[in-house]
Amino acid sequence: MNTPDPNPVFRTEGLTKVYDTGEVKVFALAGVDLELFAGEFAVLLGPSGSGKSTLLNVLGGLDSATEGRVWFRDLELTALADRGLTRFRRDHVGFVFQFYNLVPSLTARENVQLVTDVSINPMTPEEALDRVGLAHRMDHFPAEMSGGEQQRVAIARAVAKRPEVLLCDEPTGALDSTTGVQVLEVLRHVNDEMGTSTVVITHNAEIRRMAHRVIWFQDGKIVNVDVNTERVAPSEIAW
Amino acid sequence: MDALDRKLLRDFARLWAQFLAIALVLAAGVAIMLMSLGMSRSLEDTRDTYYERNRFADVFADARSAPRSMLGAIRAIEGVAIAEARVTTRATLSIADKTGTTVAHFASLPETREPMLNVPILRSGRWPDPLSTSEVLLNQPFAEANGLRPGDGFTANINGAERELTVAGLALSPEFIYTIGPGSLVPDNEDFGIVWMPERALSGLLGRTGAFDNLAIMLRPGFRAEPVIEELDRLLEPYGSWGAHDRDTQTSHSFVEGEITQLRVLAYVLPPIFLGITVFLVNMVMGRIVKLERTEIGLLKALGYSKLTIALHYVLLAGLVAAVGVGLGWIAGSWLSYGLARLYAQFFDFPYLVYNVSWWPYIASGLIGFAAASAGAVNAAMKAASLSPAIAMQPPAPPRYERNWFDRAMAALRLSQPSMMIVRSIVRWPLRAAFSVLGMALAVSILVASNFFPDALDEIIDTAFWQSNRQHAMLYFNDAVPETALEEARRLPGVVQAEGQQYFSAILRHEHREKQTPIEARRPDADLSRVVDADGQIINAPPDGIMLSERLAEQLGLGVGDLVEIEFLGSRQGTYEIPVTRLVTQYFGLGAYMDQETLDRMFQQAPQVSVINLTLDASQRDAFEAALYDIPMLAGSTMMDENRQSFEDTISQNVLVTTTTYLLLGALITFGVAYNGARIQLSERARELASLRILGFTRGEVAYILMGEIMLLAVVAQPLGWALGWFFAKSMVEGFSSDLYAIPLILNPDTFASASLVVLAAAFVSVLLVARRLGQLNLVSVMKTRE
Repeated sequence: MNTPDPNPVFRTEGLTKVYDTGEVKVFALAGVDLELFAGEFAVLLGPSGSGKSTLLNVLGGLDSATEGRVWFRDLELTALADRGLTRFRRDHVGFVFQFYNLVPSLTARENVQLVTDVSINPMTPEEALDRVGLAHRMDHFPAEMSGGEQQRVAIARAVAKRPEVLLCDEPTGALDSTTGVQVLEVLRHVNDEMGTSTVVITHNAEIRRMAHRVIWFQDGKIVNVDVNTERVAPSEIAW
Repeated sequence: MDALDRKLLRDFARLWAQFLAIALVLAAGVAIMLMSLGMSRSLEDTRDTYYERNRFADVFADARSAPRSMLGAIRAIEGVAIAEARVTTRATLSIADKTGTTVAHFASLPETREPMLNVPILRSGRWPDPLSTSEVLLNQPFAEANGLRPGDGFTANINGAERELTVAGLALSPEFIYTIGPGSLVPDNEDFGIVWMPERALSGLLGRTGAFDNLAIMLRPGFRAEPVIEELDRLLEPYGSWGAHDRDTQTSHSFVEGEITQLRVLAYVLPPIFLGITVFLVNMVMGRIVKLERTEIGLLKALGYSKLTIALHYVLLAGLVAAVGVGLGWIAGSWLSYGLARLYAQFFDFPYLVYNVSWWPYIASGLIGFAAASAGAVNAAMKAASLSPAIAMQPPAPPRYERNWFDRAMAALRLSQPSMMIVRSIVRWPLRAAFSVLGMALAVSILVASNFFPDALDEIIDTAFWQSNRQHAMLYFNDAVPETALEEARRLPGVVQAEGQQYFSAILRHEHREKQTPIEARRPDADLSRVVDADGQIINAPPDGIMLSERLAEQLGLGVGDLVEIEFLGSRQGTYEIPVTRLVTQYFGLGAYMDQETLDRMFQQAPQVSVINLTLDASQRDAFEAALYDIPMLAGSTMMDENRQSFEDTISQNVLVTTTTYLLLGALITFGVAYNGARIQLSERARELASLRILGFTRGEVAYILMGEIMLLAVVAQPLGWALGWFFAKSMVEGFSSDLYAIPLILNPDTFASASLVVLAAAFVSVLLVARRLGQLNLVSVMKTRE
């Protein structure tokens, strides 16, 4: 088991995100200060609308902040325009979503290849799929695979470029317990073997037990941070 | 307004750009249908009314000079209701302050009454005094072009006698709706006119008192023209008959008829293309809407809306598209009809307004427009109606992609993943791709088929004016004159070179087929007027036979070596059997050519000419034209540069209008197909494309996937479009080909290139408009929702 490097990969200062609908202003993030460390496996917990997805989107360069600043190592994300954010996503970040978002017209291998074709130092699609235990399903289309398998392809796609961070929004949200655990094992494996900093958003409090740190959100603010002295293996988690 | 209607209007407003793209295609179809149906009917009605009111004759006959006593026998032919005899001639006119040569066709007016047939309609002034030797009627367009009004005077050289004439009145005649002078290619009201003169005066001048040379006949209802024509030919043969004919070969009638036919052909060819594309587009867009509104449909059903209500909801949406399309089509069609009417006013001389599109083409084109849109919506509406609510509320099954030979082929090509996505999507929806290709190919074909026209005309002008006819002027005579006339012509001011030619009116027969056509005779060393084939080779008629244009030979079923029976008409009568010695490909006329010396020997005549070709010293042109007036027997003259100029002017004006119109039509089709195709791509792939953006693909790379499919289809459409365009152009060439001329099928690479350029550019702009929407993709929300 690796231990997190004390150098932060992400650092935020007074991060605020306001959704202005014209009539009301919604503070999705209300001044978040946070550091996430290299090799860390962090779980964000909190009720719907507490701001965890917004944070993830801003960290991943999908959304911009209203106020405050965000750094990825020395790179200030809040200073980047669309082109720079696209570059940042392409080079450094892997995403995993609740609904997989695979391209239905491409096979598992080709979905991974989408990323490896444009990355600087990727692993082969075969290696990435092997890491998630899908070496035997490489030439299947998404429609020919189960939800768990599709999510594992999505993870393979996310990690194939050897990203420094893996951002996962409800990766097990659409899965049953057994397949969900398989996906968590893959995430844990990637975090252990490749040292990829991993941030997982979940509603499922059980999953917190496998994290290094658990960050609790409410009303756009961090209300608590727990450090697990003892992490459990995914196979010990059930829901 | 109930909620469902409100949804209808809001959907319509939300998707206005897509619907407008479809409505414009539909509008083009409706507009063309309205114009072609409306104007062909309007032209036909106007013409028929005019013919009926002014008793346009059914049969016409010309002879050198026949005694009036023949009229009894002619009126006794079965089927003849009215027979009216006239004397006619061609003469040169001299009008104050005008330098160019003016020629007029003279026709006699009966002495004791108004004419019974081809009755001129008096537009201003009065009828000439029947006993006057100087009062005449002029056709109105000619008088107006020359600034002549009732009371004005001019002089005419009729049969060598100079006459001071006075304009009594201006008139129009059903016989001269389209007036074209000898040797001209387009109407020229300034230099060619019609003069009606009391019979006593005209026949006196022509030495034909008690005789006639022209006959107009009206048939009894239900009688056919052929037997009457046959009998007329028999009766008039001793008097130098030029052959009787029906309306079909009457110049004015055949031009008007040709225009009506063209309009009708247009109504049957173009609108179906636009309506077909409308059906396809509505089908594609409505299909997508129903797919997107799956859960809403399930909800509506769960709420208790009936199948019919739901089906009707989608058909009505298409109905709104049709309403916009039909409305725009009506406006554009009315405007086009008005424009066409103005063009007709320029070429056709009707006493009434031609622009009078009645209500029924509006109703017909409107109904067909609504039918096309509804037909396109039916499939989607049925699908919506038949969705069961439980299934409808579930997301649809994802499209199934399967691996097959195609994937192995693509793997071998080592395509990038985005390219693979493009190709797979095409293979996944082959029918949609095929129709998109077909639609854009039709756009290309319309452009090819209309663009080839200018090139074809250039070729015609080059052959007709630069290669075949190198003379500067042509003189025509009422009768053949001795070849010594060439010497006189050479003495005219400014004449450099003079060559003779002779025309013989004749009927050519082979087996059961026959054709009346002039035979052109010239000497083999002729340098000014030459026979040039389609390849630009100069060909002389061989001395021992007759040379025919391919079209004439085909009509008569003749080949080289066959014998053709030739019956000469008019002054030189007799029937001969002559071998066909050569065929020649030509654009103008049904040419038949013989060697002048062979003919002189055959007829045992001293050399004669009926046309003189001249080259001129440009500096003495005015003096030359002034001198023409004094040549007796001159039936007309053509200044080749004026002829060419007026042909080019007329054509280039029309070509510009037509080319612009078709350019617009081609662009409209492309916009309709490409814009809607790309919008649907965007709608279907929004999620995929957003995923790619999140994975780090740039906007350009994502736009490539969105635009790539449509552009790939547009490229694939090109060769098909060229082939279709070639086919349409060929059909048009065949359809327009008449005895008068054939249009060469000239398809240069730049015709194809410019058609492709227009369509590819229109497709590119259309998809670019859609690609701009990529900037609005909400990456976050797309990721958070299930499709």
